[in-house]
Amino acid sequence: MYPILTKKLLAPHIYELVVEAPRIARSAQPGQFVIVRTDAKGERIPLTICDYDRERGTVTLVIQEVGYSSRKICAMEPGEKMADVAGPLGRPSDLLELSDEELRAKKILFVAGGVGTAPVYPQVKWLKEHGVEADVIIGAKTASMFTYVEEMRKVGRVHLCTDDGSEGFHGMVTGLISKLVEEDGREFDHCVIIGPMIMMKFGSLTTKKYGIPTIVSLNALMVDGTGMCGACRVTVDGKTRFTCVEGPEFDGHLVDYDEAMRRQAMYRDNPKNNPETHKCSCHGN
Amino acid sequence: MATKGNKIPRTPVREQDPAIRATNFEEVCLGYDEQEAMLEATRCLRCPRPRCVQACPVGINIPGFVGKLADGDIKGAADIIGLDSSLPSVCGRVCPQETQCEGSCVLGIKNEPLAIGKLERFTGDWKIAHPEQFETAPATPNGKRVAIVGSGPAGLACASDLARLGYDVTIFEALHKAGGVLVYGIPEFRLPKERIVAKEVETVQKLGVKIETDVVIGRTMTVDQLLDDEGFDAVFIGSGAGLPRFMGIPGENLNGVFSANEMLTRANLMHAWEEEYDTPIYQGKRMVIVGGGNVAMDAVRTAKRLGADAVIVYRRSEAELPARVEEVHHAKQEGIDFRMLTNPVRILGDESGKVCGIECVKMELGEPDASGRRSPVEVPGSNFTMDCDVVIMALGTSPNPLIKDTTEGLEVTRRGCLVADEEGATTRKGVFAGGDAVTGAATVILAMGAGRKSAAAIHEYLSEK
Ligand SMILES: Cc1cc2nc3c(=O)[nH]c(=O)nc-3n(C[C@H](O)[C@H](O)[C@H](O)COP(=O)(O)OP(=O)(O)OC[C@H]3O[C@@H](n4cnc5c(N)ncnc54)[C@H](O)[C@@H]3O)c2cc1C
Ligand code: FES
Repeated sequence: MYPILTKKLLAPHIYELVVEAPRIARSAQPGQFVIVRTDAKGERIPLTICDYDRERGTVTLVIQEVGYSSRKICAMEPGEKMADVAGPLGRPSDLLELSDEELRAKKILFVAGGVGTAPVYPQVKWLKEHGVEADVIIGAKTASMFTYVEEMRKVGRVHLCTDDGSEGFHGMVTGLISKLVEEDGREFDHCVIIGPMIMMKFGSLTTKKYGIPTIVSLNALMVDGTGMCGACRVTVDGKTRFTCVEGPEFDGHLVDYDEAMRRQAMYRDNPKNNPETHKCSCHGN
Repeated sequence: MATKGNKIPRTPVREQDPAIRATNFEEVCLGYDEQEAMLEATRCLRCPRPRCVQACPVGINIPGFVGKLADGDIKGAADIIGLDSSLPSVCGRVCPQETQCEGSCVLGIKNEPLAIGKLERFTGDWKIAHPEQFETAPATPNGKRVAIVGSGPAGLACASDLARLGYDVTIFEALHKAGGVLVYGIPEFRLPKERIVAKEVETVQKLGVKIETDVVIGRTMTVDQLLDDEGFDAVFIGSGAGLPRFMGIPGENLNGVFSANEMLTRANLMHAWEEEYDTPIYQGKRMVIVGGGNVAMDAVRTAKRLGADAVIVYRRSEAELPARVEEVHHAKQEGIDFRMLTNPVRILGDESGKVCGIECVKMELGEPDASGRRSPVEVPGSNFTMDCDVVIMALGTSPNPLIKDTTEGLEVTRRGCLVADEEGATTRKGVFAGGDAVTGAATVILAMGAGRKSAAAIHEYLSEK
């Protein structure tokens, strides 16, 4: 069992949970994820590791309430225990393979949106610890939806944008990428985009235009997370890949996003995914 | 005695009615009661050189245990099986008896073979129901620690033998529940989870074996860390062969195409067919399952129980179906549609990317290939399409590369199987392996046997060390 130590509302419907999982905290690397199951009847849900504390033995998870199971996770309170947290799963971020010199020679841009901001944080923080200050674009619909901005400012150069112009650049992340490159004359030779699939799709199209090699972190549906079922199949460069073991990071310019989005919606109509129709015995609803 | 045995017909076993069981997940075969088991046991000819024993992958003394049953000594029967097998109630249910013990039974030449599987099952179930009669004094701890990777039959068998020898044993399992394929793959209607599998796992735990779930070796910890940091003296890898194969035909990533592993894991491990569990399962009206092994039979019969029209598509003929004969027979009784000598070439999708059909080609059997099986060849121009909304690929699995990729000095074959000798010693000192991880997808009894062999080898290795 994995106790929840703290819970914080970061933005409407977005929560941060710090969970005790010493073995995972000990081996977690930026880019990896865990699979959690709230209780004996719960689903196995993949969540990116947003931070980890090896000494305290904790991992930090950020969850947005969307379907049935994410609401169930968000309804858990400190003191309660998750039945399972397994990981760290997936390959660590490619950046981790570079030497400090190679890293310092790189001009890295991160692009984050929605709950994608949280998983970008450990990577930027890790880079900072290795002497590299990266640029980070954080996009949101409106200013109240921003998460992790303060934390991120401590470790990287932050650029904000909102769809409604309530804070930062008025427009989407794609517009801000173009502005940095075209108007501000910034050069980047590595980009990491993490966020909703649609944002990764258009973000990658934009970086492709500027010839910036781009990595995306795919949030495919999963069951086991160990390569045993193929639920997480995506097409990259025309080949089928298992996100949970070969990813979650892939070359953003080669991912078939339309297929990935379609597969992500596989159970959207399923009655179990609908809090109205799937009633569960726990949490008394 | 011998002539008498010959005259009694094989004792029929009670089963759920096909029409009813096709709508529930309860066990199909109800097994023998004590009277039936004793009656069936009297049919054994007690051959002086029993062929059944030779045909058993772990060499169970079959006439020995059957003789005890005939005498009404069920405890004695269980003790005899226990010398060679630690999972009788599982193997009695899932072993391919027709190609092993029963296939070699002399009674089968003129009549029906002795129902060895059903007798083994009866004995195993009795053992589970009478745990107090099998309690053994705990072994004296010898101070040595062994880590087991994977809690399938190989890992469980290896762990229990080592615990009995006094080792401090911990099993690390990637999933949230112990049992391997026995919990995630083989369905409830063939192998009850709470009544049988959970009990077998408990038996292993009662010997003092610790089971840590949610630990993925290669990620949470590596094999090297187990040996260097965690203080284990040896490691046994029983990680199975869980990586599903796909065909590589167009349309395989459409919504509605799944591996049998995914479908069965959702149904068995995650209980997706039960309302109060959260995991969904993709419901089809007509589900086509591609393949002809046990996995395909389990998937197609699960599809049927989910309320679909369920079809098997297999590229060879019925004679080549690798599944247990009993499963094929049960599947037919349950109304499964078998399309033999048929191979998919393409999966068809509608405008929203959902499966709406499958294009197949007819096959015929050509010359025997290297394996001696007649290989199927396409009949030109025989393509046709079938409507369906779900396609399940049950084409076999291979070992997961995760452990090999993260362990220094561990060699694998071209097919990704760990290289290990007869005793399970791998190319890495102190690391042993057995079961599907070494052989590729095989059987429960072979995995169990390999686990036990490795336990003996680990004992020898650590005794010398
Ligand atoms: C649907 C289906 C039906 C079958 N029907 C039959 C049948 O009727 N008769 C028969 O004899 N055989 C049958 N088999 C085959 C049989 O189940 C296997 O041969 C047997 O279970 C192999 O045992 P094992 O212990 O080697 O591996 P498994 O049972 O596969 O167990 C391996 C375990 O290791 C875990 N694991 C894997 N990697 C790691 C890791 N890195 N770290 C930690 N844990 C890990 C897995 O999660 C799993 O729990 C069937 C298989 C399937 C899939
Ligand atoms: S989630 Fe099952 S293989 Fe990736």
